[in-house]
Amino acid sequence: MKAYGSGLRTTLGAGALALALVLHPTAPDAAEPPIKIGAVLSVTGGASFLGDPEKKVLELFVDRINKDGGVKGRKLQLTVYDDGGAADKAASFTKRLIDSDGVDIIIGGTTTATTMAAVPLAEKAEIPFISLAGAVVIVEPVKKWVFKTPHTDRLAAEKVFADVKKRGLSKVALISEDAGFGKSGHDQSVLVAKDFGIEIVADEVYSPKDSDVTAQLTRLRNAPGVQAVFNFGFGQGPAIVTRNYQQLGITLPLYQSHGVASKEYIKLAGPASEGVRLPASGLVIADQLPAADPQKAVVTTFKKTYEDTYRMEASAFAGHAYDGLLIALAAIDRAGGTDKVKVRDEIEKTANFVGTGGVVTMSAKDHMGLTPDAFHMVEVRKGDWALLD
Amino acid sequence: MTSTFLQFLFSGLTLGAIYALAGLGFSIIYNASHVINFAQGEFLMIGAMATVSLVGLGLPLELAIPLAVAIAAAVGVALARFAVVPAGDASVVTVIIITIGASILLRGVAQVVWDKEFHALPAFSGTVPISVLGATMLPQSLWVMGVSLAAILALGWFFGRTMAGKAMLAVSYSRLGAQLVGVPIRRVLLTSFALSAGLGAIGGIVVAPITFTSYEAGVMLGLKGFSAAVLGGLGNGLGAVLGGLVVGIAEAMSAGYLSSAYKDATAFVIILVVLFFLPNGLLGHKGSERV
Repeated sequence: MKAYGSGLRTTLGAGALALALVLHPTAPDAAEPPIKIGAVLSVTGGASFLGDPEKKVLELFVDRINKDGGVKGRKLQLTVYDDGGAADKAASFTKRLIDSDGVDIIIGGTTTATTMAAVPLAEKAEIPFISLAGAVVIVEPVKKWVFKTPHTDRLAAEKVFADVKKRGLSKVALISEDAGFGKSGHDQSVLVAKDFGIEIVADEVYSPKDSDVTAQLTRLRNAPGVQAVFNFGFGQGPAIVTRNYQQLGITLPLYQSHGVASKEYIKLAGPASEGVRLPASGLVIADQLPAADPQKAVVTTFKKTYEDTYRMEASAFAGHAYDGLLIALAAIDRAGGTDKVKVRDEIEKTANFVGTGGVVTMSAKDHMGLTPDAFHMVEVRKGDWALLD
Repeated sequence: MTSTFLQFLFSGLTLGAIYALAGLGFSIIYNASHVINFAQGEFLMIGAMATVSLVGLGLPLELAIPLAVAIAAAVGVALARFAVVPAGDASVVTVIIITIGASILLRGVAQVVWDKEFHALPAFSGTVPISVLGATMLPQSLWVMGVSLAAILALGWFFGRTMAGKAMLAVSYSRLGAQLVGVPIRRVLLTSFALSAGLGAIGGIVVAPITFTSYEAGVMLGLKGFSAAVLGGLGNGLGAVLGGLVVGIAEAMSAGYLSSAYKDATAFVIILVVLFFLPNGLLGHKGSERV
């Protein structure tokens, strides 16, 4: 009897709920499922200086967009996993996002290694994937479901060689980090040098943790005909190269890559960095951009929002996450929902999107959509960036 | 030609002095307990990072350095008190594994307490390079070499002339024997960790203007220092310095004359060859088991 009674109450309860739903078909929380955004980032570990700001950006802007009502009346639901920089973990977390969390889109892969580990899974599950890592291999050859927001090392090399050529120089010595970013950058530099009529006259490497590279620089200096030096790497290496460069009294023009386009580099290298040139995205030099620059408003607002919240410099990497999120949401908005095929098609149709990294126009052949114009050539003068073009 | 060779040599001496200073710290704890402390690199990091933040707070370098060394020594004592002493009579291998765990923990804590960025300390006596016959060297490299030399002398005096140092050696030869003649084992262990952490911190601080520092700077310094200590003979201060110089000069010379791509390999080949013929390192005394 008692069992029957409680059963009846349950039935009545369920009936009432069903009735309520019929009466209020647009009850916001029940009818509109959230847009599920998944992210696998290297928040800790060696690449944490990239992954940590990326996570902060996603959390900050997902929260803000939700407060403003979400996208098409649907709230965003963000799931972030930390792979600690390990490719195998990145793969298993991507699997978890796809299989258990059922996300609509994946942002991430902080590094090229973690991205490439996740790519086959995203391709197989046919889910849009926007990477935040640098290397060309991510989007070349084009993979149907994979996109990326950061500039490639090739763009940086092209920008640097164009500037070398503009100075009337042609014989360049390379010194690069013999791991990940530097290695890939080195290979791309060698590849595009010919297009600019640049001859590579010396080619040296150093390990990411080396504390002195004067031996390598001495060899570069002694290379016949050398007119300029180009260093590809990030972290502490380029700062040590710059300091040793000054220690040896080398007066040839020194170029760095976009990997060190942050105030931290100037701070570490100190006065030795005076006169060093490098390609930087609009975000890095937000203050110096002319008011007419299409990126001016975007980068200034992003920088202010991020820096007011976290009290730390908004790096280019933070910007890549912002661009990724906004490209994804704009595509979902245009697609009118989270249908994966439609969203993918809309991401590919992204045109004239003004992000922190540059103006993005993608196509079936180009899943990044940036040109060398996305970079500005800057020179270090009096401990700050000076805009050259 | 001479200036090129000299430059490679200076590069090697700079690297070697850094490795040597990192390697010296291994010898104290090794002498007290035959334990290789894999958290030694983290003591270097703590010293440098603490100095960076104290200088950031506005303290002068002269005050920040002793404070940072004290902080590192306190961390060393805490590590011994809460991780090594509770292990009791566990085997040496167990304690070594504990120190590996401790190193991971300390890196994690440093990441939270400080940050994940690189920091530079100002050079002690400017950055105007010293020029010799066309080759140059930074004054900070001389500081590193000088401090290494002072540390060897201090260690030699400590282990050879003081009661505390002799007690430490006695514990390393025979724990039971030392206990029977009244050496306080626990205090010796705590002291050895405090000293080793303090010496490590000094090393970390002196090299930081050249190598920069970050929460994971200890990994590289620890590894290279360990190579230097093993090559020179564990437990021997002079050996660590010799080992560091050999590794550093080998790296610089092969980067200069062979190829920079093979410089790390060259250093490891030298270490392997030396250890094959002299398993106890360049200056390590032959181990004799008493029955």
